[in-house]
Amino acid sequence: MPIPAQALRHKYLRHNKKFPHVWCPGCGNGIVMGALLRAIYRLDIDQDDIVLASGIGCSGRMPTYLDFNTLHTTHGRALTFATGVKLARPELNVVAIMGDGDATAIGGNHFIHAARRNLNLTAIIINNSIYGMTGGQYSPTTPFGSKSTTSVYGHIEHAFSIAELAVTAGASFVSRATVYHADLLDRLIEQAIEKRGFAVVEVISNCHVQYGRRNKLGGAVDMLKRFKEQSVTVSRAAKMSPEELEGKTTIGVLVDRDLPISTEEYKKVRQKASTLKEKL
Amino acid sequence: MAEKSSEKKSSCAQKNRKTAPKKKKKYDVSFYHDWCKACGICMAFCPQKIIEADKNGKPVISEKDKCVGCRFCEIHCPDFAITVSDRKLHRRRNDV
Repeated sequence: MPIPAQALRHKYLRHNKKFPHVWCPGCGNGIVMGALLRAIYRLDIDQDDIVLASGIGCSGRMPTYLDFNTLHTTHGRALTFATGVKLARPELNVVAIMGDGDATAIGGNHFIHAARRNLNLTAIIINNSIYGMTGGQYSPTTPFGSKSTTSVYGHIEHAFSIAELAVTAGASFVSRATVYHADLLDRLIEQAIEKRGFAVVEVISNCHVQYGRRNKLGGAVDMLKRFKEQSVTVSRAAKMSPEELEGKTTIGVLVDRDLPISTEEYKKVRQKASTLKEKL
Repeated sequence: MAEKSSEKKSSCAQKNRKTAPKKKKKYDVSFYHDWCKACGICMAFCPQKIIEADKNGKPVISEKDKCVGCRFCEIHCPDFAITVSDRKLHRRRNDV
């Protein structure tokens, strides 16, 4: 049963004052926003029970357009604010929306430690390989050799793989999709919100204005076609050799494991401490 | 005897219903041009290639009966400007 798009817009978007949005024509952020809305619609969560936190950057604009409890916070601190909300009100569904620079550069430590602590949060990381809003400087996910305003002769550093970083940092659920695979993306976001534990969804997105133009990758349509060609599902990637996987991105659920959750463990500690106090 | 013949008739009717060509489901695609930024994603990826650009580069549908209802354009529109809906026979005028 397809989701009625009209109902989705009227219910969840701040459509009467904020639209059309500020993102460039063809920007992947809009597709991610649509996927998030479809996931929330399918899960049938009350709007008051969802908290969206975002940092700075293009992706940081997303909660502005959505009619939930929203936080637009300082650079790199989306997860920090989300952690605070989660500790104060553990019954809420907290989703942090970050860009690649936001999550892995400025908020890099927050990201790995949130994953390590395994708080019951959802982190959606939109990876467009560049700092788009500030003028196209290289970010931690800019691939080796590609051009940006701060690496005019080709980037000399190597790129982070956000999803694999989250796996090693100990997140409960790690998945990756591209904006071309929007259908897969909203199923992954749905699973991530439902998952008890720290859930990461890395979304490979297109910044054709800053990244695509400098690296001669074409416009939005060409970049989406490239995502289609470059992506392999996790099940198919398992059968391929490392040479074949060169330059490909694996999409799908990378890790899904059940680990003790920080908020619940904290509750247990409080119970233990209070019984000790009573004994005294 | 009368019962048998009625049974035969009903089974015959069922067979006919099965073999009769299935009526193709039709869809309506509407574009909200006020929110559209003419990025061209819907035109490039439409499997039927029925979405075309008007003079401003914004999408218009050329043969609307050809739409197969895959909703690729709807879910990939970054600006929430496309709605694909099942075509209903008697639609209210402002129900788009």
